[in-house]
Amino acid sequence: MNLTTFLLALFDGVSYAALVFIVALGLTLIFGVMRILNVAHGSLYAIGAYATVSLVGWVLALGAAPILAFPLMIVSAILVGVLIGGPVEYLLLRRIYDKPEVLQLLVTFAVFMILEDVQRLVWGTQPYFEAQALRALGNVTVFGVTYTVYQLILLPLVALTLLVGLRFFLRRTVTGKLITATTEDREAAQSIGIDADRVFLLTFVMGAILAGLGGALASPTTSILPGMGADMIVLSFAVVATAGLGQIEGAAIAALMIGMGRSFAIYIWPEVAVLVPYLIMVLVLLVRPEGLFGSPAARKI
Amino acid sequence: MSSVTTTAPATGSSPAALSLLWIAGVVLLAAVPFLAPNLQLLVNFALAKGLAVVGVTVLLRAGQVSFGHALFFGISAYIGAFVMASVPGMDFFGILIAGTLGAALAGLVVGLFVVRYRGIFFGMLNLAFSMIFWSILEKFYHITGGADGIRLTRPTVLGMELGRDAFELFLYYTAIVLVVGLGWFTIRWFASPVGQLFQTIKTNETRLEYLGISPRRAMLSGYLLSAALCGVGGILMATAQGVVTPEYVWWVRSAEMVFIAVLGGAGSVRGAFLGALIYEFVRTYASAYAGDVWQMLLGAFLLVIILFAPGGIIGIFERVFARGKGTS
Repeated sequence: MNLTTFLLALFDGVSYAALVFIVALGLTLIFGVMRILNVAHGSLYAIGAYATVSLVGWVLALGAAPILAFPLMIVSAILVGVLIGGPVEYLLLRRIYDKPEVLQLLVTFAVFMILEDVQRLVWGTQPYFEAQALRALGNVTVFGVTYTVYQLILLPLVALTLLVGLRFFLRRTVTGKLITATTEDREAAQSIGIDADRVFLLTFVMGAILAGLGGALASPTTSILPGMGADMIVLSFAVVATAGLGQIEGAAIAALMIGMGRSFAIYIWPEVAVLVPYLIMVLVLLVRPEGLFGSPAARKI
Repeated sequence: MSSVTTTAPATGSSPAALSLLWIAGVVLLAAVPFLAPNLQLLVNFALAKGLAVVGVTVLLRAGQVSFGHALFFGISAYIGAFVMASVPGMDFFGILIAGTLGAALAGLVVGLFVVRYRGIFFGMLNLAFSMIFWSILEKFYHITGGADGIRLTRPTVLGMELGRDAFELFLYYTAIVLVVGLGWFTIRWFASPVGQLFQTIKTNETRLEYLGISPRRAMLSGYLLSAALCGVGGILMATAQGVVTPEYVWWVRSAEMVFIAVLGGAGSVRGAFLGALIYEFVRTYASAYAGDVWQMLLGAFLLVIILFAPGGIIGIFERVFARGKGTS
């Protein structure tokens, strides 16, 4: 492997890891606060991508500048979070917080099945491709390797900003502290007057927005087709499980490991590239069953 | 609490009249090829699927749900296809045993890993394993035939070459025998010491450890049973359909199994078959009108069962029956 392919694999890995991290961040945030694994997270990612393509395509067709694609990505992500994430939490999940884990898993799985068909009904089965945003930012050349600014600089920058921003939000702002308090002890938080229902709704919508944003940012780099949601939920679960459920910084490191592993595999042994994320996950879980940064749960007797 | 994953005391202690009803049901199934020959293949598919659903049901008894059990269904089906392709004139019972053993072996390998986990991790790791196998089937198309899959030639039966109709009839009755036999075995297994220990995982695992018993060992025994049941279902499906495709392992298949298990009455073996029959009928006749929204309907119906009828069909059935008996 020469320097050029090494750099290419490295850049691929970084941009891929950034995308997966954004989605995994939403998944791990929801789990950390609500103790629910949202299987429908993958669908929110896919719908975020579809919504962006439709919205960007429509606005640019009106003659707007391609740079407008960026605010439209944020708009789509927020739409996904509020219009889909909000009702799912408010109408469904709220009823099952006291139910066993398996039931909660089944409910989010049912939502996943429903949303997969919703996508097909709204957008059909034809693949979509819309790379205006990617082209708008142009290319950059590093050590003789030309790469898109969008993937090499923007995506990692967004991921890093979200990581730091979420940390700051949870530790330094009042709303963030309310969320942290509810996570630590829901009953104690409620007894001092925190509205846990609102905290959960807010958390779920934020997580859903992150899924939608992941999809929105991924849309210019890949063709959008049915099934991408199923792939993403398994992949982001692999990241979150490797890190330890609920670990935010850990998810960043796990995303980098998995992203790098996959992109180097593409250049060295392409047939197994799709398997690498899961191999990494299985290897990590064999040694540390709670994930890299997770700690064993206290056992109730 | 977890009403969906518990079961009414359906096993062993059902009233005699109810048992008679079940026997009548089996007799009715056995009469299908003569009464309604055009339903024979459909019921055959339902029975094959039902066996796999029992596999999922076994795990539900321990309070666990697997989103990837189509893995064992598919592994067994592909083993059947490979054996048929490499050993021409292979016997049906040969591939039945090979497929089931292969599924059990895969269950052992995957099981050794996943029995360390419960709940979310258990469900999602199973899903991950099935997705891995699915992408192997799709990627290594020079071996697996990719998305087109592999065709199965008709196997011989105890050395006899059967015609198409005779083979289908043979397959149908074999399926009924397997369903009754394995269904009975699974119900007996639940009542056996190992089965009892396995179900304790749902209520209190720590107490199991206090008894000096390894929950992982108990879990693994149930996992092996569930994988083998899926394996038998997979090989029946493959021979009935005559072709195996990666769709056998696709997550939608696993979701379907979980759906039927919850629909029939989570934790009930009889419910699994009843659910599979109803599901297969509705799917065949309704998906023509609702093919585009089929998964959506399944998801919505799953929500309704979980939220409003946690006992599933079998729960409703037995409640109605108990009420009828009370008033008469």
